[in-house]
Amino acid sequence: MQKNLLEIKDLKATVEGKLILNGVDLTIRPGEVHVLMGPNGAGKSTLANVIMGDPRFEVEEGNIVFEGEDISKEKPDARARKGIFLSFQAPEEIPGVTLENFLRASRAACSGKPVKIFAFKDELSENMKALGMDEAYAKRYLNVGFSGGEKKKSEILQLAMMNPKLAILDETDSGLDVDAVKLISENIARFRNENNAILIITHITKILQNLPIDYVHVLADGKIVKTGDASIVDTIVQEGFSSVLG
Amino acid sequence: MEKQKTMIEDISRELYDIKNADVARYKTQKGLTPDIVCEISKQKNEPDWMLAHRLKSLEHYNKIKMPAWGPSLDELDMSQIVTYVRPNTDMKNSWNDIPEDIKETFDRLGIPKAEKESLAGVGAQYDSEVVYHNVKQDLLNQGVIYTDMESAVQEHEDIVRELFMKLVPPTDHKFAALHGAVWSGGSFVYVPEGVHVSIPLQSYFRLNAPGAGQFEHTLIVVEKNASLHFIEGCSAPKYNQLNLHAGCVELYVRENAKLRYSTIENWSKNMMNLNTKRASVEKNGTIEWISGTFGSHITMLYPSSMLKGEGAKSEFTGITFASSGQHLDTGTKVFHMAPNTSSTINSRSISKDGGKSIYRSSVTITPKATGSKSSVICESLMLDNESRADTIPVMDIQNDQVDIGHEAKIGRISDEAVFYLMTRGLSEEEAKAMIVRGFVEPIAKELPLEYAVEMNRLITLELEGTIG
Repeated sequence: MQKNLLEIKDLKATVEGKLILNGVDLTIRPGEVHVLMGPNGAGKSTLANVIMGDPRFEVEEGNIVFEGEDISKEKPDARARKGIFLSFQAPEEIPGVTLENFLRASRAACSGKPVKIFAFKDELSENMKALGMDEAYAKRYLNVGFSGGEKKKSEILQLAMMNPKLAILDETDSGLDVDAVKLISENIARFRNENNAILIITHITKILQNLPIDYVHVLADGKIVKTGDASIVDTIVQEGFSSVLG
Repeated sequence: MEKQKTMIEDISRELYDIKNADVARYKTQKGLTPDIVCEISKQKNEPDWMLAHRLKSLEHYNKIKMPAWGPSLDELDMSQIVTYVRPNTDMKNSWNDIPEDIKETFDRLGIPKAEKESLAGVGAQYDSEVVYHNVKQDLLNQGVIYTDMESAVQEHEDIVRELFMKLVPPTDHKFAALHGAVWSGGSFVYVPEGVHVSIPLQSYFRLNAPGAGQFEHTLIVVEKNASLHFIEGCSAPKYNQLNLHAGCVELYVRENAKLRYSTIENWSKNMMNLNTKRASVEKNGTIEWISGTFGSHITMLYPSSMLKGEGAKSEFTGITFASSGQHLDTGTKVFHMAPNTSSTINSRSISKDGGKSIYRSSVTITPKATGSKSSVICESLMLDNESRADTIPVMDIQNDQVDIGHEAKIGRISDEAVFYLMTRGLSEEEAKAMIVRGFVEPIAKELPLEYAVEMNRLITLELEGTIG
C-alpha cells in the first residue's frame, strides 16, 4: 500500500479558548484529490490553517503527520518547505514587494539555493500565460490593488511556482466569474500528478469539473461526519447539507 | 511567533563611531558671547556686513524663546557647547594634501570613492570648516560655482550679500538666530541659466570634536532653465557629551529650474539636530526634497518650500528611522503662494526599540493659490511595543479651488501578513524584513543608490536574528 502523505488523527484545535476542531481524522495519499464541504462556520478554513501552522490556533489534542513526520509543532515556513501549500480565501496585500521578487525570495527560501534568474523568469512567464495573467502583474506589488479574481490567480500562480506535494485550496473559486473559475480549474488540473495531492474546500462545484475526485468529506461542528465518493457533491448541491448530515 | 516580541535590539554603528583625536588648530571657548562671535568672524577675515549680521543675530538669539512645541530641548546647555572648531588644515582640492587622520575618516565613509565613481563635485567639512572641495572641470567651464561658504563670502560677495539668510532670517526661530551668529562652513552652489548639472554634487559634514556645534550654511542658486541634484550627508562619532547641529540651507530655484536636494543624516545619538531648510521656487520651477533621518538623539527638521511663482512644484520624500534613545520629529512645510502650484508629500517613519518618531507637516494654500494641488501621504510603522509614532499633518486651505488628498496611517507589522509570507517558505525574520523593506520601498527608490543599499543593509541587520 502506498504511504500516506498527510495523516491527521483526532485533531482538536481552539482559537482564543473556543473549540473549533473537535476531533478531525483525515488521511490523504499521493495522487488523490479530496473535496471538503460543509456549512458555514463548520471549521473548514480552520482545518486548512491549522494544517499550515497558523499561530492564531492552538492544537489541543491529536497530531498532524506529513510524510511520516509529526509536524504539529513546526512553524509555517518549515511546513511550506516540506511541501504544504495553502491558497488563501483572502490573500494579504504586501505593499512595496513585487510579485516577482516575492516569488523569487520564496523560491530561494524553499530551495536553499540561489535562484537562476533566467530560468526562473521563463518559468514565471509560462505560468502567468497559462493563467491568463498579464505579465505586468509580475512587477506589481503583491496583491495590492488586485481584484478578487486577480488575487486568486496570484495564489494559483504561487502554487504553480512552488509545486508543493500537498495543495490546500480554501474557497479559491469563491467570488470568481465563470471564465476565471474555468482557467483556475484547468491550472489545478495541470498541477495535479500522481505524486502530489489536493484538498479542495468549496461551496460550488464548477472548480471540480476538470478533476477526478477521489473523496468527498463533509465537515460539521468541527468533525468530519461523512466521507464518500463524488456522488455526495451532487446530493449536497441538489438537496443541501441536511441530506447528508441526517 | 507564538509570543509577541516587544523589543528589537539596536544595531552597530561602528563605521560612524571611529573618532579621531581632537587636534583642532583653534577652538573658541564654550558658550556664546559677542567676543566669541567677533573671534569667529575675525578668524574668517569677513567683511563688516557679515560681522554686523552675526552680532545682530546674537541679539535675536538672546531675545527669542526656545520652541514651545515638539521634543523637549531641556538637555541643551549652550554654555557647554563649543561653537567653532577650526580643523588642523586649510581647504584643499586634493585628498593627498589633507592630514592623514581626516583623510582616513572620509575614506571610511566612502567619499573619495563616490567622488571618482558617481559625483561631479565634492565638498567635505570636518568640524567647523570645509577641508576639501573639488569640482569637475567641465562644470567650471560652464560657469558652475561650487565652493565653501567662506570662499563665497569673499569671492561672490554680491550674490551672498543679497541672498544670505533672506529665506531663513535670524528672527525666524531661536536656532536660526544662533546659526546667524556662529555659522561656519557649508557649501555655495551657483548653476547659471540653462546649465544642467547631470551628475550630482555632494557635500559631506563630519563633526569630530566632542561637545561642539556644527553650523554649516548651504546656499544654492539654480538659475532659469537650469537643473541640479545636490546630496548632503552627515555623521559624527558618539560621545557622552551633547553635540549640536544647527545648520541652515537656503535654496533658490528660479523660473523653470529644477533642484533635487537629497539628505542622508546619520548623526550619532548624542546629537541635537535642529536644522532649518527652505526653498523658494519661482514660476514652473521644481524643488524635490529627499530626506533620510536615521541618526541623532533629537531631531527637529521640516524642509520648507515657498511656492512663489505660478506652476511651481514641491515634492517631499522622507524616511525617518527612530531607535532607542531617539526622538525624531520630522516632516515638511509647503506654502502655496501662487496659482496652479502643486505639492506632494510622501513620508514613511519607522520606530523600534523604544524610539519615537513624529511626523509633522503643514500645507498652507493662500487665497491667491487657486487651482493648486496637494497630496499628503504619511505612514508610520512601529516594530515593537516599546516604540512610539505619531502623525500631525496640518492643512490650512484658504481658497476653494484646490485639489487636496490626504492619507495617514500608523500601524504595526500585521501577524496575518507575516503568516502569509511564512506559508511561502520565508522565515519569520525574512518575512518581517520583507514587509519593512516593502514599507520603505517607495522612498528607498528615490535615495541615491549607495544610500539605498545602505538602508536595505540596515533593515536586514536590524531584523535578522533579533526577533525571537
